[in-house]
This record gives sequence, C-alpha cells and structure tokens, in this order.
Amino acid sequence: MSNKMHVKLNVNGEDHEFLAEPRELLIYALREKLNITGPHVGCETSHCGACTVTMNGKSVKSCTVFVAQANGAEVTTVEGLGSPDALHVLQENFKEHHGLQCGFCTPGMITRAAKLLEENPNPTEEDVRFGIAGNICRCTGYQNIVKSILSAASELNASKEAAQ
Amino acid sequence: MIPAAFEYYRPTDMAGVIALLQEHGDDARVMAGGHSLIPMMKLRMAEVPHLIDLQAIEGLSEIAISGGSITIGAMVTQHEIINSAEMEKAAPIMKEAALQIADPQVRYMGTVGGNVANGDPGNDMPGLMQCLNAQFHLVGPDGDRVVDARDFYEAAYMTDREDEEVLTAVSFAAPVGGFAYEKQKRKIGDYATAAAAAQIFKEGGKVSAASIAMTNLSDTPVWSEDAGTALVGSTCDEVAVKAAVTAMLDDIDPTEDNRGPVAFKRHAAGVVLGRAIARAWSRA
Repeated sequence: MSNKMHVKLNVNGEDHEFLAEPRELLIYALREKLNITGPHVGCETSHCGACTVTMNGKSVKSCTVFVAQANGAEVTTVEGLGSPDALHVLQENFKEHHGLQCGFCTPGMITRAAKLLEENPNPTEEDVRFGIAGNICRCTGYQNIVKSILSAASELNASKEAAQ
Repeated sequence: MIPAAFEYYRPTDMAGVIALLQEHGDDARVMAGGHSLIPMMKLRMAEVPHLIDLQAIEGLSEIAISGGSITIGAMVTQHEIINSAEMEKAAPIMKEAALQIADPQVRYMGTVGGNVANGDPGNDMPGLMQCLNAQFHLVGPDGDRVVDARDFYEAAYMTDREDEEVLTAVSFAAPVGGFAYEKQKRKIGDYATAAAAAQIFKEGGKVSAASIAMTNLSDTPVWSEDAGTALVGSTCDEVAVKAAVTAMLDDIDPTEDNRGPVAFKRHAAGVVLGRAIARAWSRA
C-alpha cells in the first residue's frame, strides 16, 4: 500500500523526477523533495491560500492536490515569476505599496494575482478583491495588497502599450 | 494532515474505471477535482484504499448547448462554468451560483460532477439541479441510465448512484424566465447557512411557472414544489412571497450546527428565499 510511484513534474520550466507516495501532497513534494519553499504551508485545509501555485494554468491550493494527481503537470511557483535580481512587476509593486508585512501569505498572493491579471488584465478593485478571496492575510487588512495588484495591472498595461 | 495510504489509478477510459470499481467495490472511489474528497481523506474521515482519478478520461469536460438543451460533462469545473459565455447566455443561473461556491482556487478544481455526485447537503449544485429539473447520467457495468436530480438524493452522502456507477454528465432544458441563486454564508469558502435557487416564468404580467429549491436546510437538497405553486398566478407580491416562504418552511428540516440553531436557519431560509424570488421576478 505504501508503494512509491515515479513522479514527473515540470516546475518553473525545469523537469524533475522523483519517487513519492501517491498520498503525498503537492505542497510537500515542492518544499521537501524539490526544495522549492516559496509556497508556504499555512492552514493545510484549503482555506488560507499560502500554498497557491499555478498547475496546468489553474490557480490551485497545493495542500489539496495529491502529488499523484499532479504527475505530469506544469507547475509555477513564486520562484518562477521573478528573482531577487529581477523582481516580477507584482513583487515590485508589493514592495512599493507595502503590500506585505510579515510576508507569509505573499508568495501565494502574488502567484494568485499573476494568474488573475493574466485572465483579467484590467480588473476593478472589486474584481481584485473577489479574485484573491481564496488568499488570507492576517497583517495588512488587504488594502495595500489590492493597491499593489491594481498598480501592477496599470504598469503591465502601460508596458504593453509602449511595446506596441 | 496525512491521509491513509492508497493505490492511485489514472485510467484513460470509462471501461477501465468501471473495471476498477467492480474489482475493488467499496474500497474504491472515483475522484474528479478532489476538493471535497481530499479534505475528507486528510482528516481521515474518508478512507479510500483505491483512488481512481478521472482526469485522463476523455469526453467528460465538455459543455454542449444545442436546441435548448444543455449538457455539462462531469469534469467541467466551476471556473469553466463561470467563464463560458455560451453558458451565461443559455443558463445564467449557473454562473450566478458557481460564483458563490468556495473561492477562486477551489473553483478551478471543483467540478459540476463532483459537486452533484458527492451528496453533501452543503453543495450548491444539487439544489440548483433540482430547481432546473436536471437529469443525471450514470454509467455502470450494466450500461447507462438517467436519473432525475429530484429523485437522486436519499440522505447525506447517500444517493441513487450504485457503488459501481459513475456520474458522467448532467443535462437540463435551457431555463426560461427570471432566475436567482441567493446564498447566505458566514464567509468566503463556507457552505451555505441557507441558499435558494429560483426560476420564475412570467406571462401576461403574472407568474405562470416557478421552481424553487433550497440548499443545506435538510440532509438532502429540497425542491419545494408547493413554494413554486404558491407563486403561480401572482405578481410576486408580499402575500404570494409569504405563502411561498411558508410552503418552503414546511418542506425543509434543518439541524443545529456551527452555522446556527434551527430557528435561525429557518429565519435565514425565509430571508434568502424572499431575496431570490424578488431578484428572479425582477429579471422575469
């Protein structure tokens, strides 16, 4: 019953292969097998969104996906969005607008926000609040998170226009 | 939270799924998005020695709308319902309800099939399917069969589906008239304290047909035929709404839990139904 299976994952553009029990949760495979520690374990009950990653184009809570289900998937974590030397526009804006305090929810917030802006490049404040409703922050009261995401959206749109 | 160990299967056709269900009986379960089952497995409230993932089965993820008939494959997600322009046009109540289910991340994974087949009284789609008089399509070792949503639910987590059957699609006639899905919940991601689905058809300035179903107010969804009948011939005026609410309250049987005592739930049920009727009527 506790047989391990062969798992293949593409995380942030890089292929990984490892053995895991099917019941292992994706968040633990990422953090403990692959050392990708951006996504956090918060509530571990599908509520808080700290473990949010993008899997095959969907924002998912990686505490609620078995690694067996994810076998063969493409996964993007916050590490795949930006790097310390080249921050993603969302990361720049979270920094600029004080969109984080303790920072625990931030990787999930930013990964979720990136998907939200990909699907809706011109969100209203209401769209942003509704779109990040699956991510809990216990510090900011959300005001500055919303501000950061809206500002990132304008910046992304401005750079798109400039490129045209 | 670590679930009990299980064998994992990802068959590529329905025959493979049925064969596994026949082989393992009660020890096997199918999984769609997993967002009801996985939390239960993590809490060890569900033990599934043989887990059959449906993600690789073709033909379960389509929305087909033609000739006034709507068919939704079991693996269609709430996110896909929300983003289908065709669905919004043909049955806007689907989007209105789906937007009130869980949170964005859960909606990317949560499926219509899982929501209706699970039999959780807290799920929103079962009541909605009863409101729309939907049919559920089941495939099993003895072939296909169709069950009315209004006959499918027996008790909490108990449905007419046999252990060796899989729910593959839901279908219903494109609804006509005004619609509303009204849900009272404590917070984002919560199940309903009380929810109401309403479809109201207006002719000559009066209600000619109405369908009302309630969620999480009994151990099954409740289609209240009498509540719908109470509205027929009215203009959804105060007296008619009161009669509909009274009829609905006769049909529900809520229990006390952390969402409140019975009296509060009955109160909330009346409020959400009143709002649902008002909104559906304004759109009729």
